[in-house]
Amino acid sequence: MSSAAKKIIVFDYGFGNVRSAERALAHAGADVEISRDYDKAMAADGLLVPGVGAFGACMKGLREARGDWIVGRRLAGGRPVMGICVGMQILFGRGIEHGVEAEGLDEWPGTVEPLRAPVVPHMGWNTVTAPGDSRLFAGLDKEERYYFVHSYAVRTWELEVANPHMPGPKVSWTTHGEPFVAAVENGPLWATQFHPEKSGDAGARLLRNWLDTL
Amino acid sequence: MTLAVRVIPCLDVDNGRVVKGVNFQNLRDAGDPVEMARIYGQEGADELTFLDITASSGDRETTYDVVRRTAEQVFIPLTVGGGVRTTEDVDKLLRAGADKVGVNTAAIARPELIREIAQRFGSQVLVLSVDARRCPSGTETESGYEVTTHGGRRGTGIDAVEWAHRAAELGAGEILLNSMDADGTKDGYDTAMIEAVRKHVTIPVIASGGAGKLDDFAPAVEAGADAVLAASVFHFGDLRIGEVKGALRDAGHPVR
Repeated sequence: MSSAAKKIIVFDYGFGNVRSAERALAHAGADVEISRDYDKAMAADGLLVPGVGAFGACMKGLREARGDWIVGRRLAGGRPVMGICVGMQILFGRGIEHGVEAEGLDEWPGTVEPLRAPVVPHMGWNTVTAPGDSRLFAGLDKEERYYFVHSYAVRTWELEVANPHMPGPKVSWTTHGEPFVAAVENGPLWATQFHPEKSGDAGARLLRNWLDTL
Repeated sequence: MTLAVRVIPCLDVDNGRVVKGVNFQNLRDAGDPVEMARIYGQEGADELTFLDITASSGDRETTYDVVRRTAEQVFIPLTVGGGVRTTEDVDKLLRAGADKVGVNTAAIARPELIREIAQRFGSQVLVLSVDARRCPSGTETESGYEVTTHGGRRGTGIDAVEWAHRAAELGAGEILLNSMDADGTKDGYDTAMIEAVRKHVTIPVIASGGAGKLDDFAPAVEAGADAVLAASVFHFGDLRIGEVKGALRDAGHPVR
């Protein structure tokens, strides 16, 4: 843990267990506050965007709280943002739930679709295959498990980075019925489909890894 | 990469105290659910379930306080059930720090409650608790199992398998299948009933009722359970979470 605690705002737009995220981040050593205040969210060292429930409802709530602006502005200035669960899904282009399509923030191209597996929701502890140079999973064993609970997922990573001087996005995968995106590290924008705040010691380590980059 | 079988200890909580719970060494207060939850978390529990059996609904504040204090210290999913009747009850428990909420009798009386909760909070928060038994002689359902209320003392005539299926369609995220025949016997889970429900639902099924020894857990998974829940064998220290996981691993099932 660094000497000065990093200031984190858990974005409170009505969708997500903000308390869990707050407690886990505090446990990991951050100076955390739950807020939807524009200035606070812009000024924080890191912005955490949780999310549960339906994609469309989350997007509506996020827009009403000006979360779409805040995320966009922060990223334009290179300021870190982390999405969790549906908070990750809404970073993609669009979501399809019950046949209804909703627009996402479109930071990354891609579609959030129903997970095709014998038992859905994908609920419980699963492993993640991360790139060797992942900073998010640094120091974590590949046998380590993380807590997932979701019925929708991104099956295809579509973002191509052509500029050889730019580091490419690091994409981690998990399989439940089929492979899907479990986590992304892309410049200042990171995200996990699983819940690090509910993933015990492994999740705490992962949150510390994020805090260490801020 | 396969999803691990979840091992879930359940604590019966009455007015902020664990009802049964002894035989734990290095435990300052075996009656404190927060302390018990912390120990279970350290022992590798994959989730925790609190069943609130507080008789008076006026004392719910005590339960919220227990949930709040647990969520501050234990960073694994927490389900709280018992006496949940409205979406407001769900909201309060989630705000206190529960990740999932168990619903039982109130959904039998009014199945729409399942849809209301799922629409407002998402299916993932809703665990439908089904207390089921084999139909006693003189009664009959298609599957041969019926839903009970009042801790298994009253039959409803509702087909347990059909109810689980309907609840899943209404938006339940998970089924907690508690065998009232096996409950307390320590003779093993009711694997035939688990199989019957597994065939008709595609949401996760948690097996409950009857766990007594290490060999009891793998058959429940082989019958189709995604998770195994037990109460007394853990409280009384007969079995430890790690031992159960070892037995599951030896039987070829992935565990955390």
